[in-house]
Amino acid sequence: MTGKPEVKGNPKKPSSAMAAGMRTSSSLMLVLKPRIRELKFSLHLMSKSVTSIAGMILLALLVFVAAFPALLAEPPPRGDPYVIPQDFDIPVPQPPGEMGFVFGSGDNGKDIYYGIIWGARISMAFAIQVVGISLVIGTLFGLVAGYKGGVIDEVMMRITDIVLSIPGLILVMAIAAVLERNLGSTKIALLAIWWSGYTRLVRGQVLSTRENTYIDAARSSGSGELKIMFRHILPNSWTPMIVQGTMDMGTVVLVLAGLGYLGLGAPFGYAEWGRMVQEGQEYFVTGYWWMTVFPGLAILLFVLAFNLMGDGLRDVLDPKMRR
Amino acid sequence: MAGEPWVIYTDPNKPATPEMIEAIKEKYHLNEPVYVQYYYWLDGALHGDLGNSKTARMAVTQALANKFPATFELAVVATFFAVILGITVGTRAGVRANSAFDQGSRVVSLIGVSIPVFWLGLLIMMVFYKGLGLFTEGWLPGPGRYDVYKYSYSSIHHYTNLITVDTLLNGKFSFFWDSVRHLIAPALTLCFVNLAIIIRMMRSSMLEVMGAEYVKTARSKGLPENVVIRKHARRNALIPTTTVIGLGFGGLLSGAVLTETLFNWPGIGQWAAQAAVGLDSAGIMGFTLLTAIIYVLANLIVDLVYAYLDPRVRLG
Repeated sequence: MTGKPEVKGNPKKPSSAMAAGMRTSSSLMLVLKPRIRELKFSLHLMSKSVTSIAGMILLALLVFVAAFPALLAEPPPRGDPYVIPQDFDIPVPQPPGEMGFVFGSGDNGKDIYYGIIWGARISMAFAIQVVGISLVIGTLFGLVAGYKGGVIDEVMMRITDIVLSIPGLILVMAIAAVLERNLGSTKIALLAIWWSGYTRLVRGQVLSTRENTYIDAARSSGSGELKIMFRHILPNSWTPMIVQGTMDMGTVVLVLAGLGYLGLGAPFGYAEWGRMVQEGQEYFVTGYWWMTVFPGLAILLFVLAFNLMGDGLRDVLDPKMRR
Repeated sequence: MAGEPWVIYTDPNKPATPEMIEAIKEKYHLNEPVYVQYYYWLDGALHGDLGNSKTARMAVTQALANKFPATFELAVVATFFAVILGITVGTRAGVRANSAFDQGSRVVSLIGVSIPVFWLGLLIMMVFYKGLGLFTEGWLPGPGRYDVYKYSYSSIHHYTNLITVDTLLNGKFSFFWDSVRHLIAPALTLCFVNLAIIIRMMRSSMLEVMGAEYVKTARSKGLPENVVIRKHARRNALIPTTTVIGLGFGGLLSGAVLTETLFNWPGIGQWAAQAAVGLDSAGIMGFTLLTAIIYVLANLIVDLVYAYLDPRVRLG
């Protein structure tokens, strides 16, 4: 419902002057204006919720850290910046604040702060890639299956059901075990299953959207199938996808960290938070708590930011709850 | 070599000759194409034979039977506490929407769905095992199902394979207490994650129900508020929550991979992780089949509970 202008109940009703202006403006503005108004209204609604604001601030912070990690923690002049640099002169883990380590150090002088900063970039890039690609695949599949119906729908949805019925974490672990143990194989493994949930979601939406009168109107006025699918059905069906996609950004990072913790994700020494927890675990009992507590806290905050955002977005985008 | 499926059928102490390997491959249809092997697997599955697991070094059915009780014990305890706490907190949060209590419960449930479960488990370990330095021994014992140095599970009679039940039936009360103490930390970890989901669902369905006509009717009849909430609102709000509880329980029964690994809990989740890493295809197939059966059963139980909660739903 959000992609289309909804005049009813909107606080700023378009005045006759505005309508006149819209008539004379270009067709691009005709499309954009109500959407910008809608976006402004959505932002206005979101700014009233404390949890959404908390989520937005946290998210802005995380995006900044992920975009400019080198500003906060300078990488070594050569080598992979995602591998935490070591200092063999400091073999014993140092507590936070000692010897210039803000969050303490791991074995062999691995800076926990460095790992947290560059881990944000790893997690963010990973989540954007997995959720982004899955959303595209899932949306295309669901759109075609829901719109076409019949045999195509039947075949596509049975394939989706098969993928959905596979225990996700186990399949990802098996794929990661067959392929090389690095972030690339983890990504492929997650992509292999993640799209199926979106397909189901989109298809359900499309099934109800395509029954609307405006779709009949578009069809009878001679619009092509592609135009109906992408201009009329898709923008009216993607609200739940936005919410689900936002929350899944966090879930993907939870899975990535879990695999890293099991030793199946990022390789040893990487600035991946789950891997850092796993490397710190054996030192945990001996009292070196900072090696596990800070990376774990980073995962929690990352996932929390996206869940807060998703929660806020759901309230705002749901037409039943917004007015 | 270690990844080859025939390894399980050979004696680990004697190197297998090429002829022996060939004979094994012939006997277990390992030379056939995958779809033929799948046919043999289906045939075996219908006869109650799921093949042999490489990682557990025993028949898959036997491995599942050995490991499932541990997972079951953990899932039941975790779900029990999650349901009681979740429904209580969720009801209160829904009745007093937007109060401080509601906001607090929202924060708790959001943290619950955002927290990495292995990290939560580690924190719980730190608090309980190290006992905050109050006791020299710590509040709770270490990982595993029981203290293997003090007690021997194999020496007592197995009635159910559930340690807590078997020890009671055998009259070994100190062993029972030890196994209960081992259960607390992993159950608490799993409980917290499920708790978050139950609170959220209970709160939103309570909110919906509190605005319904029949709640207004109940109030206008002059019923005390707590009766309205307990008998009219909560009972109806429980219906959608049941689905969430059932699926959550199914999820725990199909093995909490990370929690079981962290607490060295010998359940099917830990074994499935080992099977996946060791490319034990028979093990993975058996585990997947069991998961599917569990989900079907969990959905069936949810439907039966519906009928109890909602007289409009009639069975048969």
